[in-house]
Amino acid sequence: MLLIIEQCLNGLQFGLLLFLLAAGLTLVFGIMDLVNLAHGSLYMLGAYFAATFAAFTGSFVLGALLALAATLVVGMVLEVIAMRRLYGRDHLDHVLATFGLILFFNELVRLVWGPEGLSLPLPPWLLTSVPILPGISYSAYRLSMILVTLAVAGFLYYLVMRTRIGMLIRAGASNREMVGALGVNIKLLYTLVFGIGAALAGLAGLMQAPILTVQIGMGENILILAFVVTVIGGIGSIRGALVAALMVGFIDTLGRAYFPDLLRMVLSGAAAATAGPALSSMLIYLLMAVVLVVKPAGLFPASGK
Amino acid sequence: MSRSLTPRTVAIVLMVAALALLPLYAKLSGNIFLLTLFTRILILALAAVSLNLILGYGGMMSFGHAVYLGIGGYAVGMLAHEGIYSGFAQWPVALAASALFALVIGALSLRTRGVYFIMITLAFAQMAYYVLSGIARYGGDDGLTIYKRSQFFPPLNLSDKMQFYYVCLALLYAAIYLVWRIVNSRFGMVVQGVRSNELRMRAIGIPTYRYKLVCFVIAGTLCGLSGALLANHTDFISPATMYWTRSGDLIVMVVLGGMASSFGPLFGAVALLVLEEVLSGITEYWQIILGPLLLLVVLFARGGIDGLLGSLSRGKEAGHG
Amino acid sequence: MAEPLLQVERLAKRFGGIIASDDLTLSVAPGELHAVIGPNGAGKTTLIAQLTGQLPPDSGRIYFAGGDITALPMYRRSMLGLARSFQITSLFLDLSVLDNVALAVQAHAGHSFRFWTDARSEPELRTPARAALARVGLSAREDRRAAALSHGEHRQLELAMALAGKPRMLLLDEPMAGLGPEESARMVTTLQALKREFTILLVEHDMEAVFALADRITVLVYGRVIATGAPADIRANQAVRDAYLGEQEAVHG
Repeated sequence: MLLIIEQCLNGLQFGLLLFLLAAGLTLVFGIMDLVNLAHGSLYMLGAYFAATFAAFTGSFVLGALLALAATLVVGMVLEVIAMRRLYGRDHLDHVLATFGLILFFNELVRLVWGPEGLSLPLPPWLLTSVPILPGISYSAYRLSMILVTLAVAGFLYYLVMRTRIGMLIRAGASNREMVGALGVNIKLLYTLVFGIGAALAGLAGLMQAPILTVQIGMGENILILAFVVTVIGGIGSIRGALVAALMVGFIDTLGRAYFPDLLRMVLSGAAAATAGPALSSMLIYLLMAVVLVVKPAGLFPASGK
Repeated sequence: MSRSLTPRTVAIVLMVAALALLPLYAKLSGNIFLLTLFTRILILALAAVSLNLILGYGGMMSFGHAVYLGIGGYAVGMLAHEGIYSGFAQWPVALAASALFALVIGALSLRTRGVYFIMITLAFAQMAYYVLSGIARYGGDDGLTIYKRSQFFPPLNLSDKMQFYYVCLALLYAAIYLVWRIVNSRFGMVVQGVRSNELRMRAIGIPTYRYKLVCFVIAGTLCGLSGALLANHTDFISPATMYWTRSGDLIVMVVLGGMASSFGPLFGAVALLVLEEVLSGITEYWQIILGPLLLLVVLFARGGIDGLLGSLSRGKEAGHG
Repeated sequence: MAEPLLQVERLAKRFGGIIASDDLTLSVAPGELHAVIGPNGAGKTTLIAQLTGQLPPDSGRIYFAGGDITALPMYRRSMLGLARSFQITSLFLDLSVLDNVALAVQAHAGHSFRFWTDARSEPELRTPARAALARVGLSAREDRRAAALSHGEHRQLELAMALAGKPRMLLLDEPMAGLGPEESARMVTTLQALKREFTILLVEHDMEAVFALADRITVLVYGRVIATGAPADIRANQAVRDAYLGEQEAVHG
């Protein structure tokens, strides 16, 4: 019983992490019609920056904040130098160009930080367990991840739905030329949106760093999951990204936890040991395939342009 | 194909001649590495030719094409592991398995468009990657060593590097010819029209889905052949062959070489792999150069090598590739 | 009237708050040239989109040659002989002019699962394609890339492609859009020649052309039919004048 609750919370936490990534992706795609494969690289940079700044300042929180700022800056610079030349082009061009950026960033990180990867240790006050229900404790850090992500989700909702900037973002999504004609500085708006997307990716990267990994190429694996989430949710829809991310988070986490046991009932021990993790990785893709067959534009397709 | 002696024709002729003579040069100069490198180039060029059919001519941007390299390769590897070394058994299985997977993947994926199509093809490739990583019997993550190459009737011996090179070369040229014929046939015209304007295709009365699917299956099968060759070449097969970044490499070859052109994929494969060799000789961090280079190609040389050659030609070619 | 070739019954379509088709009923007799006119936003292109199968109606029925085609997919309707030209030019831009028309011929020449023979060398495709190009006056440009043509030539090519499939009925969506006076006159002559052989539903803004060509006219305002009849009757109809022609006359002076 304990274990199920813990797994569910893990699923929630992973789902929310995916949401951070997917929200950035879907924002950028929905508003600038840009397919950005290098989103995973920004995630990686967030983690590397956090590890470096935390070691430098001695404070986890300070390191995290600095990393966030740094990723935001990198995102905006990237937008100005490279991304804005891709707007309006074929998606194939986006895929190729950003694929090239992945190669570039992976090598750059290897050049600057070496091939070994880094670690980001947690401060003692986050290493504890917090009782959440009578008799059930949960990792304080994971709990704070959930809270932070929920706060960010809430902030995003507020930003997009309630502020003037959010209105511009939504308007820009449905009609770029019109918004430009209204005298709004579209270029600045796009740079800002891309920056927000980058910061979200960086936040996801730095948050998972203490519990998962800080290494080269970490972006690619999770990028695919993020894309799967955006596709299931419907490209351009933040609400869709949240629903899909939670679905994927739960299925992936619970699948990894319980699927191998299910397999053990059918296969021999050794076969199940290798097949288990591999097949549970597959569950997400199966989900996406099923969704796309039934609803080719995702669960919450954004209204067409 | 143009009748006049355009720079493009000259480049193709030179390439064909150079590739035919390469093994002799390698033997004479003792540079066996060159032979190995170019065998690999030929095999991947074949995969690129198959991708060009759906991507360049058909406009279907599949980001999971490397999955067929894996399927073809594993067909050979698995059968070899079970003691079946005959190429006459292995290769048809490789082709049939690739065709079957392409049929299933295509049937599901082609219901979607644009970036959704990209993602779902990617997802299927990743699924295959994970499934094969999980089969302990065939090596799982570590891959499978192949102790004996595909056996055919003597004197054909694929373990002989020169023979193997010429087999790959012959198959590559056969594939280029096959694709050329397909692309200019009625079927090919439909495929090209679908890339150009799918709505119009349906408006004039063509049920486009089935044509895209058949095209997809043909491309997958051809790539499966390439996979069988690759497994023989490296005497090894692993799930890494299907990882999505390998699909990315294939796309780069097709675009770099020039999409919707017969020899473009070959130029692209040569360019990319030779560039990788040269750059990695200069610096360990060669991808730092390759990455931005790709970006520049996309921005400024979209037609690839074939496009550059074409713009040097002065012939008035009326819109066929 | 004899059995109509095209019968549209109470077609309705909304996009959120916008009513594109409102209880739309019209019919086209065989051999007739029936024009549909109306101010911008009247739903004319939406009507064509529903007739060809590009857009499903919310309610209503469409009958062609006696059969209910309301649920048929686009390519099926084309096979039945309902051909369309597009208002916003929709061609195979990277193929040659002749290739474009030959594709339209090919679509109606059985299945296209032929992988070996060079399609460009097949007389059964090329000859009818050339004939269609000759009808619209584009023969001289057959080898050019479609993208290289002028706007007026694009409109001609649109028409040639609609003709190539040997249709029973043509749905022409503003074939004169963006044409200058000389090109328009040429298009009117072409259409007059076509009138004798094909049933035509013509959506147009160019009033001179409409009154010169139409046997009957239907007037659409906000997706609703406000009048149908012979050109002279439409000209005299007060409601029509108020809604539409009045503006036009004011503009033309």
